[in-house]
Amino acid sequence: MPNSATAGGFLLVLAIVLPIAGALLSLVLGGRHAERVALIVMPTGVVVAVAIAATIWRTHSVLQYFVGNWDPPLGVAFRADGLSAVMIVTAALLICGIGLFARTQFPTPRGVEARASLAFWTLLLAIWGALNAVFIGGDLFNLYVALELLTFAAVPLVSLDGSAETLAAALRYLLFALLGSILYLLGAVLLYGAYGTLDIVLLSSRINAEPAAWAAISLMTAGLLAKAALYPFHLWLPPAHAGAPAPASAMLSGLVVKAPFFIVVRLWFDVMPRVPERTAAQVLGLLGAAAILFGSVVALRQARLKLLIAYSTVAQIGYLFLMFPLAIMPETGHPWNSVAWTGGILQAVSHAFAKAAMFMAAGLIAEALGHDRIAGLSGIGRALPTTVFAFGLGGLSLMGLPPSGGFVAKAMLLTAAVAEGQWWWAVVVLTGGLLAGGYVFLVLAKALADTSQPVTLRSRISQSRQTLAVAVALCAVLLGFVPLRPLELLQIGRPNTAVVDVR
Amino acid sequence: MTDATLYGLCGAALVGLGLFGLIVHPQPLRKILAFNLIGGGAFLLFGVVARRGASAGLDGDPVPQALVITGLVVAFAATALAVALLLRLFQETGRATLRSDDSQP
Amino acid sequence: MAFDIGLAILVLGVAAWTIAARDTFAAVIGFVAYGLLLALVWVRLAAPDVALTEAALGSGLTGGLLLGASTRLARTQGSAAIDKPSAIIRRAAAVLCTLVSAGLGAIVLLLPEPAPTLAPQAAANLAATGLGNPVTAVLMAYRAIDTLLETVVLLLALVGIWSLAPDQLWGGLPGRRYPVDRDGVLTFVAQLLVPVGILVGIYIFWVGSIAPGGEFQGATILAAMWIFATMARLADSPAVSRRWLRLVLVVGPAVFFAIGLAGFAIAGGFLAYPEAHAKLLILTIEVPVTLSIAATLALLVGGPPERALR
Repeated sequence: MPNSATAGGFLLVLAIVLPIAGALLSLVLGGRHAERVALIVMPTGVVVAVAIAATIWRTHSVLQYFVGNWDPPLGVAFRADGLSAVMIVTAALLICGIGLFARTQFPTPRGVEARASLAFWTLLLAIWGALNAVFIGGDLFNLYVALELLTFAAVPLVSLDGSAETLAAALRYLLFALLGSILYLLGAVLLYGAYGTLDIVLLSSRINAEPAAWAAISLMTAGLLAKAALYPFHLWLPPAHAGAPAPASAMLSGLVVKAPFFIVVRLWFDVMPRVPERTAAQVLGLLGAAAILFGSVVALRQARLKLLIAYSTVAQIGYLFLMFPLAIMPETGHPWNSVAWTGGILQAVSHAFAKAAMFMAAGLIAEALGHDRIAGLSGIGRALPTTVFAFGLGGLSLMGLPPSGGFVAKAMLLTAAVAEGQWWWAVVVLTGGLLAGGYVFLVLAKALADTSQPVTLRSRISQSRQTLAVAVALCAVLLGFVPLRPLELLQIGRPNTAVVDVR
Repeated sequence: MTDATLYGLCGAALVGLGLFGLIVHPQPLRKILAFNLIGGGAFLLFGVVARRGASAGLDGDPVPQALVITGLVVAFAATALAVALLLRLFQETGRATLRSDDSQP
Repeated sequence: MAFDIGLAILVLGVAAWTIAARDTFAAVIGFVAYGLLLALVWVRLAAPDVALTEAALGSGLTGGLLLGASTRLARTQGSAAIDKPSAIIRRAAAVLCTLVSAGLGAIVLLLPEPAPTLAPQAAANLAATGLGNPVTAVLMAYRAIDTLLETVVLLLALVGIWSLAPDQLWGGLPGRRYPVDRDGVLTFVAQLLVPVGILVGIYIFWVGSIAPGGEFQGATILAAMWIFATMARLADSPAVSRRWLRLVLVVGPAVFFAIGLAGFAIAGGFLAYPEAHAKLLILTIEVPVTLSIAATLALLVGGPPERALR
């Protein structure tokens, strides 16, 4: 990899500066301008994201930029590889969709500044900037600051409605996140003390298998697992994601919770490759399996729709961590690693779109009915068919049914598991799919049930918002047309692996 | 043992103390206090690493010291947000605890 | 060395008391004392910049914040006793924490010798930044992106805190109204101390380019003086909806971003400084940033709006 800044670094800087400058502008202008600023930044941000991905694809190399022209280890580097590109584009598209969806819910009328609206639009842009900073960060402390930015932008969204339950949920979320941050910092100081740098690429060449490295990676991973709500650190997620307003829940479940996972991937695959880690990877996979089983079973028992979807997030996050035991490369190299790698990332992306669509649909249903009790959903299928369709499409991805990104992702994880002889993960994937089918059909059956009298809606739901939910869900479905083989874009920046053809 | 190593052990002990306070105290305000203690210990470890890196005419490696300053500011902001949430929760409910099924922080 | 051992034991003792104290108010007082002792430790570790920050921010402002909170929550003290974890959990926690401390301590003892360090590189590049304080160079030049993002983090926390206000109080004034006492001791002391404090704060910010100090330390002192002034009713918090307040909060990060982006044109990179004008540019960033951070810190302590806009 070239050791100097490459062209296109300007785009990387823009990816962070644009949303954050927008957030600052929203705060200053206030009132109705907050929404307008967001509406201008959103398409611009999508253009920047696509440009970054296009540049990476065109040059087939990592985009690297040394901030301030100071070389690491003294300075901070931005690095965008194929994985970054995919996540940046996902975040841009999803936030655009969520922003458009939220316009009705967080209006900014002339002359008056509404608390919730100003907070929502400012925090939405801040979350976007923070996410991009996480996806391109090449320095572990810079990633820490980006994570804190993300947490402080996400927590107030949980308690936006001001009720006691959401305040408690937000406080619990913040406490877990702070625990995660402090564990992450403890790991970072051990790494710096032992190797004299926090730059990811430099660390990967200096790190050795010794107690300091082990302790550091364990501490940092534990902290990040707390932020990602992996079992057994999941306690904070269901009340927080269920209590937030629907567009915020979509962002939280779809994107915010993927950022700590992304950093764990960076730690394990980019910092640690020279440190043998097979047993530890199995432990991560075990926690992931526990999350899948626990989350799905508890989801089945939920009475409220948003809580069911939130517990489903707990379960689907577990799939992400199945990637670790399957994609970690032992010394000899293994061709199925790239399959598992593609499967894991595809799971993250398709879950982002699918879960966002489901939360959007749940939000519309709750607005229409005034409640989100599953038992009271009868007849909503007739009243809001598009919404229920969006929910169902999202559910396809969760269950792993074709055509959907979830199907491709889980099929790749299954194939890798069987081919590598780690068949126990295959059992977990299949069981998880069955359980997901259970709770999705639970909701759909209620929604599509025939009722004697038509259900009365408390408020009119515009067709455009329902179509937006379907559009987001369709993104998850479109990912189902990704061929069942390692994605070349995702391989940019990975050390050379034997790419295997899965047919 | 140099004084830097001594303070390093002190920092390690602070982390343990803070962690104990975090687990054992049910009140969120005490947990926030405990967080600040753990943070203090972690920052102290950074300071130890900085002191051990003294060279080239400098008494300490300035990079970890700068990281600590950044960390202190971020920790303050986190404390402020947590306290504000807690006080609002108290205003709304009259109680200052998370629900009693809060086993871990 | 003996002094260091004594100081370390004292720090641990006060920290243990902070954890063990039954009364929250007492625990917070212990925390403030612990912070001041920690500042001494930082001086012993040859980190005066950090010592200033710890004393002012970690101990002073944080202590003030927690004291205010513990006073308001004093009524809830008694109910907490019911939720206390059982003796088994306490013992298990003690074992776990001892293991964690022991593990960390062992790694500290096993850290490599000679220690890897960036001090030579930092010192070598100091001349290019025009600064005399290497810590300020790291904050404002080598790792300026961290500092830039950190100012945004502070602002975000403030937005989050403001968003906690009930809808009808949005845009109002943060904090309680303190009683006016024109002849009181507090007002008298404040009238003497606040101007001096402001001068000290500005000095510490200004001298940070060549000696220990800097924008964060100076801004903290300025924020503390503002809080003192509001407590003594020499001034009152502005309403959060005021446009000029929002401008003051945002001007720091905005100028930081602007000069950073200008770096593309004049120095070939984001947050890069042309060597001839580096110090001037850094100071140009630091002045509004200090102002913004001072305002942000003061408002963070103030909390969400509690009094409606008249």
